[in-house]
Amino acid sequence: MAEILVLAEHDGATVKKVTTELLTLARDLGEPAVVWAGQGALDAAARLAEFGAAKVYVAASADFDDYVVAPKAELLARLAADKQPGAVLVAATQDGREVAARLAVKTGWGVLTDVTGLTADLTAEQQAFGGAITVQSRVRAGVPIIAVRPGAVAAGPAPSPRAATIEEVEIAVSDAARAARVTERVHEERGSRPELTEAAIVVSGGRGVGSGENFDLIENLADALGAAVGASRAAVDAGWYPHQFQVGQTGKTVSPQLYVAVGISGAIQHRAGMQTAKTIMVINKDPEAPIFELADYGVVGDLFDVVPQLTGEINKRGQEG
Amino acid sequence: MKITVCVKQVPDTGTDRELRQDDSTVARDAADAVINELDEFAIEEGLRLAEKHGGEVTILSMGPERATESIRKALAMGADRGVHVCDAALHGSDALVTSAVLAAALSRDGFDLVVLGSESTDARTGVLAAMLAERLGVPQLSFASRVEADGQQIRIRRLADYGYDLVEAEMPAVVSVVEKINEPRYPSFKGIMAAKKKTVEVLTLAELGLTPTQAGLAASATEVTGFSKRPPRQAGTISADEGQGGIGAADFLAARKFI
Repeated sequence: MAEILVLAEHDGATVKKVTTELLTLARDLGEPAVVWAGQGALDAAARLAEFGAAKVYVAASADFDDYVVAPKAELLARLAADKQPGAVLVAATQDGREVAARLAVKTGWGVLTDVTGLTADLTAEQQAFGGAITVQSRVRAGVPIIAVRPGAVAAGPAPSPRAATIEEVEIAVSDAARAARVTERVHEERGSRPELTEAAIVVSGGRGVGSGENFDLIENLADALGAAVGASRAAVDAGWYPHQFQVGQTGKTVSPQLYVAVGISGAIQHRAGMQTAKTIMVINKDPEAPIFELADYGVVGDLFDVVPQLTGEINKRGQEG
Repeated sequence: MKITVCVKQVPDTGTDRELRQDDSTVARDAADAVINELDEFAIEEGLRLAEKHGGEVTILSMGPERATESIRKALAMGADRGVHVCDAALHGSDALVTSAVLAAALSRDGFDLVVLGSESTDARTGVLAAMLAERLGVPQLSFASRVEADGQQIRIRRLADYGYDLVEAEMPAVVSVVEKINEPRYPSFKGIMAAKKKTVEVLTLAELGLTPTQAGLAASATEVTGFSKRPPRQAGTISADEGQGGIGAADFLAARKFI
């Protein structure tokens, strides 16, 4: 059975949820083999095995952290040449896509990005024009390189997991791949909230929130739900919330289990970033807002009444439970 | 500094966008065509760098004949000249082919800096900057929310989930920019008049040393095998808040086991 290479996304110790989603997909395609660039593989090996990883290829060089994506692409290209995999899966994150892009140029293999589903015969599903159209696509040159949207596929543990074999990979990253140096990583405050694209629940605020201070309401609701906070472009444009939290066509695309849209009208710009959420809740005072077309549950009302009441109720039930 | 901004003409996101029934490519005639929104930030950034450090800004676009409108708009904003790669054989090119064609055009003219938007609003692959950097063998400084470049050194803020990374490299380099990096200017009347006199060079594949078999749908490493309109979501429960809206919402979340 051909190996399916899965590029792990991790923080040097723990593996991100999206990688367990990729492993779940990979099990249907062949034998999942994780590619781990950087530190922390041993800490994560048990979790990778739980989701079906048979092997973990580890290259622990600091270059993967110190330079922008090119070293990872070299590692993946080397393994792709050595192992002749049936497919290469990466997360459709900023870095994941760019690694896939470079691998595609190095190999001439086709790359599909932001894939939301994949069948055993490697036909991919993608969303065009903000989810208005669902597209089936295939790679027809070389080994398929597939970048999968985080959250689009449910992760499930392997039915009969075995321990994963760890194999160290010696690689000397080329000078060309060490051209863009990361001199500092600046972490902006986000509290203990989950990452936007990784979160199972996202609570987003829009124009209706009215000010940066009022985003406290959104953050409080998010914290009650253990959710990440997002913002519409209108809210970001107004300077109420930082750009890296923008959900939409020109921001992040999220696919959580639950998306709560507060004071967001639902222009195509925003829908493009959240339309594949499994369950959508809307709170908006305008009954004509197009976002209600997507709602599984909607409240037409003043968010300044509804949101604090909802937050209070969740916290109350949490204490009672 | 020799700066080239890559610009893509896309269907207006505000209009109804469709795929063609015959070959599943974007129906470019069916919708209003505009400059990809994120490329406007790239044009502005290119112009600012040239104004600050001196230099020439070239607009490079690959696309059908009408893409020349987008090039003219960028010239009206202040860019110096245009290069339009226009060839019927390019129709249906995927990202890998597009990057090969753009890289050929960039290599032909030379550059200190290539600037582009971090993704297009039609295909949204977000891979072009990485592909161009890989093909051209120059540093990739993508998803920039701030750029400083003096012709020798370039430094950017690279947007990240947790905040941003500071990234630096020697030039020449490829940079992709995110929205909000600047406030794109509107073409002035004077700019629009001046743009009419600026040169737009039209290039065929052959003039870039490429053959029709290296481009278009047939040469693409990916193919669309089918598509369908997303079915409308099942109508949900919508109710007006009469004082208990938050409680009702909590009941819904409890029923769905979110709380």
